[in-house]
Amino acid sequence: MNKILPVLLIVLAAALVAAATMHSSALTPATTPEGAVQSLLNHVKTHDSEGAYRYVAKASNTDPQDFARDAFGQDGNLRTYSALQAFDTKVLRENDQEADVRASLQFASAVGAVYDTRDLKVVREENSWKVLWPVQPRPKVPAQVIPVNYLRWDIVSRGADDDWGAQNVDAPRVRIISMNPVEKDGNFILLGEIENEDTVPGFVSVAATLIGKDGKSIGQEESFDKISHVLLPKEISPFRIDFPNMSRDRIASVHMQPNAMLVPASADPVMGVMHQALQKDARGHTVLTGELVNQSGQTVNIPHVLATFYDNSGKVIWVADGYVDQSLQPLTPVAFTVGLHDDLVPQVHSYRVTVNQYSRDRTQ
Amino acid sequence: MLAATPVVCGAQISVAGPVQAGAPATLQAPGSGSATLYLFGPGVASKRSVQRGTVTIPSDELTIAGRYTVILEGSAASFFVTAAPLNRISFIAHPSRVPAAASGAVLGSAFLFDRFQNLVTAPTPVNFRLGVESAQAEERATSSKNGVAWVQLNAGRRGGPAQFTATSGSVSVRRVVQQVAADPCSIRMTASRAPDGNILVETAPIQDCSGNAVPDGTIVTFASVDKAGRSTVDARIKRGFARAELPPSSSATISVAAGVVLGNEIHWGGGQ
Repeated sequence: MNKILPVLLIVLAAALVAAATMHSSALTPATTPEGAVQSLLNHVKTHDSEGAYRYVAKASNTDPQDFARDAFGQDGNLRTYSALQAFDTKVLRENDQEADVRASLQFASAVGAVYDTRDLKVVREENSWKVLWPVQPRPKVPAQVIPVNYLRWDIVSRGADDDWGAQNVDAPRVRIISMNPVEKDGNFILLGEIENEDTVPGFVSVAATLIGKDGKSIGQEESFDKISHVLLPKEISPFRIDFPNMSRDRIASVHMQPNAMLVPASADPVMGVMHQALQKDARGHTVLTGELVNQSGQTVNIPHVLATFYDNSGKVIWVADGYVDQSLQPLTPVAFTVGLHDDLVPQVHSYRVTVNQYSRDRTQ
Repeated sequence: MLAATPVVCGAQISVAGPVQAGAPATLQAPGSGSATLYLFGPGVASKRSVQRGTVTIPSDELTIAGRYTVILEGSAASFFVTAAPLNRISFIAHPSRVPAAASGAVLGSAFLFDRFQNLVTAPTPVNFRLGVESAQAEERATSSKNGVAWVQLNAGRRGGPAQFTATSGSVSVRRVVQQVAADPCSIRMTASRAPDGNILVETAPIQDCSGNAVPDGTIVTFASVDKAGRSTVDARIKRGFARAELPPSSSATISVAAGVVLGNEIHWGGGQ
């Protein structure tokens, strides 16, 4: 008896270790279209590409590598720095052989929560439901030389051992060229535009302090990522500063603080924003859509789109932004979508889109 | 006046003449025999035994301008040490970049110091000069007040590194104020069909109203509006021009702007 017990324990431990380390190769068949989507997304959530791919229909004509690239990111794009955190599914249409399921996805990413909606087609295949997951083929940029000979600005600042009074280089001259305070959904929001009026690049930010009726500060916020921080000469960026849960009645005045620093910068990449148009998305909400074209030769890993909406008097009435989860390959259009409050649509007379870019291999 | 006239406390001792920083001072102490001399002033306090009569205070104890006091056996005298001749100018020029032809935009402040870092408070003529090479410079002659001379000048019309100098006697200090192009005066663009079918837009050389080329790297925004929507490219000026390719269209309105300056508008296609 004394010998049997240790042996049993060893065998049990080995069995448990084996069970924990072995992945089941068996597919739990999806019995409903919604179940198939949920199973697939649950595997995506646990970053199990192989498991998720088992729920992808053969008719998708998508190989596992392409699926993994699409679901988990590639080229250092935003998807590679994000994870599916939550999802919600809804069957839009269903019959014996196929169904449409809408998946509302919420990703946790390096830039905050990112929301996506996918209308997925689900088909019956080999006695179970599987998801059609077509992946757009990776664009192949033909071999070529793209000459990039734009300016770079480097800075030589004054040294610590320089004489008092020795000259230094001034920060760039920036100016807030428009500002519009609005109240929306219980929040107080400052919208506007800032221009780099100088001939050198600048790293800009805009801060605002709200002064209450008693003359004391009642809130201070910054534009954070609702602005293009690096502005080249004569470049204009929108900005938006949100004060959550702040009523306009409490505010006596607003103190704006544009800040600018001289920074080394490069004039490339040049980004084209093509075919911008206001459209309705699948849910019937108004969105600004278009295509981004990276006109330089280097991959832009994370594009960030800022859209400024104007009324017919040229006043900024809203600033919206959105991160694009695909990287921008040279000369390859990538679609973007930025949401717009439906109640603002009748007031929108024109809009302007600017693009921030984050490139992994660039230091400036 | 205070600097030139020694102040005597009591009749016993006196310091001769005005004393300049870095020069010895001579003290007249009537009587004979030895006595203890105390000296204190800005940056110095000393005690030594001296022989009455003519006492010399060494120059290295009098390098800092200001009021000094000597005490000798109960009698005291005060005297002022003034700054030595001008030796160095600390020149603050602002800004480091200025748009060409900007009025009253360049400020210069000259602080006058002797070789011991004392502010030379005596009125001293200072000449300021601002100009780019091969262009007429703007000059202004001023006199310092309490050791500081300052000037406000107009930026020149020609772009380039302007030499901004402050000169007093044989001492001169130079700073560089970059005179840069101001806002574009006008932007003219032309459009043509690119070999790949896109619309190629290109500006004429972009200059400010003084004829200076707007620097490379400046953003010029081209926008095309057609039935497919609005397309924009933020191009950079390169070698004086900005150019971009906009998507092909059968009928589009193309506009151009740099900052808040708008250029011409082109109606592309549409029966033209």
